[in-house]
Amino acid sequence: MAQAPAVPHGDAADETTTGLSHRKLLMWAFLGSDCMFFGSLIATYLVYKGKSISGPLPEDVFSIPVTSVSTFVLLMSSMSMVMAYSALTRGNIKGFRIWIMSTAIMGMTFLAFQTFEFRDFVQEGLTPRTNLFGTTFFTLTGFHGAHVTLGVIWLLSLFFYSFKRGGVTAERSLDVDLAALYWHFVDIVWIVIFTVVYLFGVFEGFN
Amino acid sequence: MTTIAFSIPRPTYPTGVWSWITTIDHKRIGILYGVTAFIMFVVGGIEALIMRVQLSSSELDIVSPEVFNQLFTMHGTTMIFLAIMPMGAAFFNFIIPLQIGARDVAFPRLNAFSYWTFLAGAIMLNFSWFLGGAPNAGWFGYAPLTGEAQNLGHGIDFWIISLQLLGIASLAAAFNFIVTILNMRAPGMTLMRMPLFTWMTLVTSFLLILAFPVITVALIELLFDRAFGTNFFVPAAGADPILWQHLFWVFGHPEVYILILPAMGIVSEILPTFSKKPLFGYPVIVLSGIIIGFMGWMVWSHHMFTVGLGPVPNAVFTLTTMAIAIPTGVKIFNWLATTWRGSIDLSTPMLFALGFIAMFTIGGISGIMHAQAASDAQQQDTYFIVAHIHYVLFGGSIFALIAGIYYWFPKFTGRMFNEKIGKIGFWLTFIGFNMTFFPMHFTGLDGMPRRIYTYADGMGWDMWSAVSTVGAFILAFSILVFLYNVVTSWIKGEPAEADPWDARTLEWSIPSPPPEYNFAEIPTVHDRDDWWSQKRRKVERPGAPVPVAGGSGYGGVEHAIHLPQPSYWPIVVSIGLLIAGYGLIYNVAVIAIGAGIGMIAVYAWSFEPVNEPEEGSAH
Amino acid sequence: MAQRAQAAQHAAAEVHTGHPTPKTYFIVAMILSAITAVEVAIFYATWLGYGIIPVLAVLSTVKFAMVAMFYMHLRYDNRLFSSLFVGGLALAFSVVFALIGLFRFFV
Repeated sequence: MAQAPAVPHGDAADETTTGLSHRKLLMWAFLGSDCMFFGSLIATYLVYKGKSISGPLPEDVFSIPVTSVSTFVLLMSSMSMVMAYSALTRGNIKGFRIWIMSTAIMGMTFLAFQTFEFRDFVQEGLTPRTNLFGTTFFTLTGFHGAHVTLGVIWLLSLFFYSFKRGGVTAERSLDVDLAALYWHFVDIVWIVIFTVVYLFGVFEGFN
Repeated sequence: MTTIAFSIPRPTYPTGVWSWITTIDHKRIGILYGVTAFIMFVVGGIEALIMRVQLSSSELDIVSPEVFNQLFTMHGTTMIFLAIMPMGAAFFNFIIPLQIGARDVAFPRLNAFSYWTFLAGAIMLNFSWFLGGAPNAGWFGYAPLTGEAQNLGHGIDFWIISLQLLGIASLAAAFNFIVTILNMRAPGMTLMRMPLFTWMTLVTSFLLILAFPVITVALIELLFDRAFGTNFFVPAAGADPILWQHLFWVFGHPEVYILILPAMGIVSEILPTFSKKPLFGYPVIVLSGIIIGFMGWMVWSHHMFTVGLGPVPNAVFTLTTMAIAIPTGVKIFNWLATTWRGSIDLSTPMLFALGFIAMFTIGGISGIMHAQAASDAQQQDTYFIVAHIHYVLFGGSIFALIAGIYYWFPKFTGRMFNEKIGKIGFWLTFIGFNMTFFPMHFTGLDGMPRRIYTYADGMGWDMWSAVSTVGAFILAFSILVFLYNVVTSWIKGEPAEADPWDARTLEWSIPSPPPEYNFAEIPTVHDRDDWWSQKRRKVERPGAPVPVAGGSGYGGVEHAIHLPQPSYWPIVVSIGLLIAGYGLIYNVAVIAIGAGIGMIAVYAWSFEPVNEPEEGSAH
Repeated sequence: MAQRAQAAQHAAAEVHTGHPTPKTYFIVAMILSAITAVEVAIFYATWLGYGIIPVLAVLSTVKFAMVAMFYMHLRYDNRLFSSLFVGGLALAFSVVFALIGLFRFFV
C-alpha cells in the first residue's frame, strides 16, 4: 500500500471535530430544513381546509382503501431500504441489490398509485384550478411525489452503480446511508400527509 | 473509484479567468461574493438616488409612477438579497475557515455552486429591467398585487424565479457553514472558544435553513397562481391573501436577523481588538445572539398590526417583539462595557463599529416604538418605518460590514488601506447617513406615506425631503470615497503584516494574504482569543503536526497538504438552473434543456472525487 | 487499508450500541403495518366523530417516531443528528399550529 486512496471529502469521520461525517451532518440539517418546507405546505392546506366555495371536496373524491394500499407500499419500501443498508454493511452486495431494487420498485408503485389517483380526481372534476381544496391538495401531494421521484432516481443510480467494481461497498456504505435517510424522511412525511389530508379529510374544518 | 462517467480532465488553471470560474478556494469565492455584492450595492444605491431626486420636492415628474414602483421594489430586493446578504456571505467564506483553523469549508464545490447560483439570481433579477419591466409590488410582494390578473407582464415572474435561485444559493451556503463550523474546528476549539463572528455565522446559518423553505413555498404558490391558474391567493375562490403576508413574514422576520447577526458578529470582533480588552461578557453575548435568533420566530405578525388580526394576536406579538429588545440591549451594553477603560484605538474599522452601535441603537429605539401595536397604527407605511429600517439595515448592517471590510482588508488583500481617507470616508458616511434618514422620522410622523412617487405641495414635507435628498448624495459620495480607498489600496497600498492590529483570533496568525492552504500546521487551541494569548504567553507555535479536520493532508509538511481541486461542475449546475428559470417564464421546452444540463452536471459532480488520486498511488 | 480498518471499527461500534438486526427492522415493519390497519379501521368508526382526530394523531406520531428512531437510526446515532432534525420538526409544527390558530381562532 503506497498510500491510502484519496479519502473522499467528508468520509473520514474520525478526522472531524464531532467525529461525525460531514455529509451525514449535512443530510440531517437538510432534513430539518425540509420539515419547514413541508410544514409550510401543510399549513397552507390546513388553513384553507373547508374554505372552498365549490366542489368537489375531499369526501367526494378520496378513496381511503386505495390510498391505504399505497401507504402500506411506501411503509414497506422503508423496511426494504433499511434491509438494503443492513445487507451492504454486512458486505452482502447481492442482498443489497435485491433490497434496493425492491425499494425502488415499491417507490414506483407508490408513484403509479398517485398518478392514477390524480387522473381519477381530474375525471371527477377536481383540478388544481377548481377550488382551494384542489389547489392545496395537488400542490402538497405533488411536491411529496416529486420528492419520491427524486428518491427513486437516487436509488436506481445506486443500484446501477453497484455493478461497477468498488462502486458501492461496505466501506462506502455512507453513500447508501444518506439515500436511506432521505427515503425514510419521504416516508414519514407521507405518514403525516396520510393522516392529516386523507383520514382527517372527512371533516369540513376544525371549527 | 477513479474512473469517472464523464471523463473530462480536471481543471488546473493557476491564474486567469478560468481559475476564478473553476475555483473552489473559499478565499477566492469570498472575494467573488464581496465584489459582486458591492456592485449590486452600487446598483441599488443608484436606484435609491433616482427615487430621492424624484422626491426632493413636491409634484416632480422625473420618473413615472410605474417606474417609481419598479425602483422601490428593486431597491429593496437588491439591497437585502443581493447586497447585504451576500456581503455577509463574503465574510463567512473568507473568514470562517481562518477563524476556526481549517483549510477550507466542508463542501468546497457546494460553496462554488452557492456563489454561481447567487450570481444567476442577480442576473435574473436585474435583467428584468430590459425584458419588459422590473418587478413592481414592493420587496414583500403582497398578494393580490402580484396576482396574474392584477400584475401583467413578467416583472413578478422574474422576481419569483430570482428569489428562488437566491434561496437555493443561500440554503446551500448555510448547510455548508453549519457543517464547517460544527465539524472542522481546530483541535481544542470548543464551542465556547469560538470567535463571536463564527458564533453569529452559525446562528445565521440555522436561521437561513429554517426560514428559506417558508419563502420557497410561498413563492411556489405564487408562481403556480400566475403560471397554472391555481387559487392560493385568489380571493374570488375563497382564498385569503393574508396567508401570503403570514408566510412572507414567517420568513421575513428571521431574515431581518439574518441581515443583522453577522454584523453583530463583526462588531464583536472589532471592539475587543481596538480596545485591547477581551470581549465583555462573551457567554452572555453568545447566548443573546442565540436568543435573538430563536425569538425571531415569534414576532412576525408585528409587520401586520394594521391587517386586523384582532386584539389577542396584536397583544401577543407586541409583547414578544418588545421582549426581543432585551437580548439586543444586553449585547449593546456588553459592547459598551468592552470599550470601557480600554486603550481605544480610533482607527477606521473602530469608527465604523462605534458608529454601528450608535446608529443601531437609534434604529432599535424607533423599532420599540412601533413594536407597540397601537403606536404602529400611526406609523405603519409611513416614512417613519423607512427611517427605522434604514437605521437598522444601513446604520446597523452596512456600517458593520464596512467596518469589517476595513478590519479584514489587510487579510483579504495583503495591503493596508489609506487610514486618512478611511476616516474622512467615515465622517462623510456618518453625516450623509444621518442627514438622509433622520429627517424621515419627521416626515413620517407628519404622515408622509412610503411608496408614493410624489406628494402634493403644501403637505409640509418638502423641506425635510430636500434635506434627505442632499444627504443621500453626500452618502453616495462617501461610498465613492470608500470605493476609491479600497481600489487604490488594493493596487498599491503598503504591504500588510500578518497581524497589523495586534488582534485576537486565529486568522491573524497566518500571513496576509493567507496562502492557499491557510495554515501550514493546523493550530491547537487552548483559549478563547487563542492568538492573543499565544502572543501574550510567548508560547511557541505548536509544534506537532495535527491531522486536518475534514481536509486531506496528514502532517505539517507542505507537500502533504492536499487541497480540494478545482471543478467545472458547480458553475454548470448553476447555468442549468438559470436556463431552467428562464424556461419557467418563457418556454417549457427550455426548462427541459436547463434541467438536463443541471442533471448531467450533478451526476458528473457526484462521481468526481474531491481530489484526483495522485499518480503512482495504489487504488 | 485504513478505510477497511475504519469500517471494521464502525462495525464493532455498531455491535456495542446494539445496532438493530434485520429481525428488528422486520418487527418494526409489522408494527407499522398494524398501526396503519388500525388507523384505517378507526376511520370507518364514524360514531367517534371528531374523537378520531386525537386518536389518529397519536397513532401516526407513533409511526413517525418509530421510523425515525429505528429506520433512521436516531435511537442509536449521535444526539446531534436528533437535535438537527427535531429542531426543524418542532419549529415546523409550531408554525403550522400558530397559523391554524391565527386563521381559525382569532378572526
